Amino acid sequence: MWSPGDDQITVQRAPAPGAAGGLYRAFGETLRGLKTTLGRLTEGVSTISYPEQKVPVYPRFRGRHKLHRFEDTGLEKCVGCSLCAAACPADCIRVVAAENTPENRVSAGERYAAVYEINISRCIFCGYCEVACPFDAITMGHDYEMSDYDRSDLIFTKEMLLAEPIDITPLRREGE
Amino acid sequence: MLATVGYYEPAWIQIVKAIVIALVALQLVPIVTIAERKLLGRFQGRYGPNRVGPFGMLTPIAEIVKLATKEQSRPDTSIGFLYVSAPIISILTAFAAFAIIPFGDPQDIFGTKVGLYGLDVSIGPLYLFAFSAIAFYGIMLGGWASGSKYAFLGAMRAAAQLISYEVSQGLALVGVIITAGTLSLTGIVHAQAGMWFIVPQCIGFLIFMTASFAETNRTPFDLVEADAELVAGYFTEYGGARWVSFLFAEYLNMIVVAGIATTIYLGGWMLPFGIHLPGWTEPLVVLFKMTLFIVFFIWIRATLPRLRYDQLMSFGWKILLPLATLNTLITAIVVVVVDK
Repeated sequence: MWSPGDDQITVQRAPAPGAAGGLYRAFGETLRGLKTTLGRLTEGVSTISYPEQKVPVYPRFRGRHKLHRFEDTGLEKCVGCSLCAAACPADCIRVVAAENTPENRVSAGERYAAVYEINISRCIFCGYCEVACPFDAITMGHDYEMSDYDRSDLIFTKEMLLAEPIDITPLRREGE
Repeated sequence: MLATVGYYEPAWIQIVKAIVIALVALQLVPIVTIAERKLLGRFQGRYGPNRVGPFGMLTPIAEIVKLATKEQSRPDTSIGFLYVSAPIISILTAFAAFAIIPFGDPQDIFGTKVGLYGLDVSIGPLYLFAFSAIAFYGIMLGGWASGSKYAFLGAMRAAAQLISYEVSQGLALVGVIITAGTLSLTGIVHAQAGMWFIVPQCIGFLIFMTASFAETNRTPFDLVEADAELVAGYFTEYGGARWVSFLFAEYLNMIVVAGIATTIYLGGWMLPFGIHLPGWTEPLVVLFKMTLFIVFFIWIRATLPRLRYDQLMSFGWKILLPLATLNTLITAIVVVVVDK
């Protein structure tokens, strides 16, 4: 039999299985278990019915990207510098820049992004693009429902990234 | 001598009654299944099924449609005739056992005196045990004729478990029968007019309930369908409507046990403290008491883990059987002494 050694003073062993004592203990433990489960019944459910009810995300949660415009002029903040594409470890951003002209002014800077695509199926949501952007034109949003049936549908274009999300993901307040 | 019948009506009333009771049983089972799943959910801090209909109450209907339209298949190694007849035996015996549960005294319905039970046989508990013994054949044949090792092991376990626990269950009832002095279930209910048998026979009641859990293959004694080891036990190879028959029989057996426990220990349709309600409320009283037992069955399922096989056997033979015997013996002595 295993010896506890000199440094250990007490050993707690499970009670030896016996007929009468074991029955008494089993009965008592059963009653204790019944009380525990009844407690769960009275304290209510902890289920969140997901599609109808969403868990609020934290303010710093990194979800689907958003491209931004200036609020006063409505011009795009992105100037097509491709720093985000350079910073992207998953190489999922593609930017093709074009010159702004007086007739066709898209962004506030000299150039603008004629093509801005993010392949969401490759994105790892690290947020480096957001850090790299000198104009805060791209940020990580809070949406996380991006699954689709087709891989080609997961390449998000500039129009999709500029648009407001259809569902507003609930946000946790500070300290919640 | 053949068994005598306490009170019986003309043949056509008996046929109508049989149909009504079968329909009631058919309605009770889906209610019990949804109640079990909802309650189990609540016991575990979740909702349970809540997608079909209001509060998920139509889930059984969706399930019946799904299961009834499933393809019928059987393994190549199975024995066709027995494979098909096993679920039929199971469900027939369950319905037959349901027939003797008394829901009330004979009542005046449109000028005819009708007993609120299928049949008031003078051998109530014996009839019950006879049919639960035949029900083993359903399980045994189902497991054996499937031609699969898991089903076979499940059936062997079922046979061993059911036979060992039926002994204790029967002996627990003997105490009540000695006290009541009758084997008729309505007679037993009438004998409880002064005091329900749960008070003088509390040990017998505990033994009966424990053995009933084993008899109905419910946790903590559901070794028969221990999914961790045996896939699903004796009905591993069954699917669709045949599987439903087994499931139906299992839940109906649970209802039958609840009804028998109500009749024998909780005073059937009697109300405590001498309250007398009109006769038509008697079935409602019985159904209410049965509900208590069914909720208790579900509560236990949410609480206790499954026993190991040797624990099950040693508990049945070393603890339950001596206790039940002792209970019977003491009851017999007390009855003889008090009668003198």
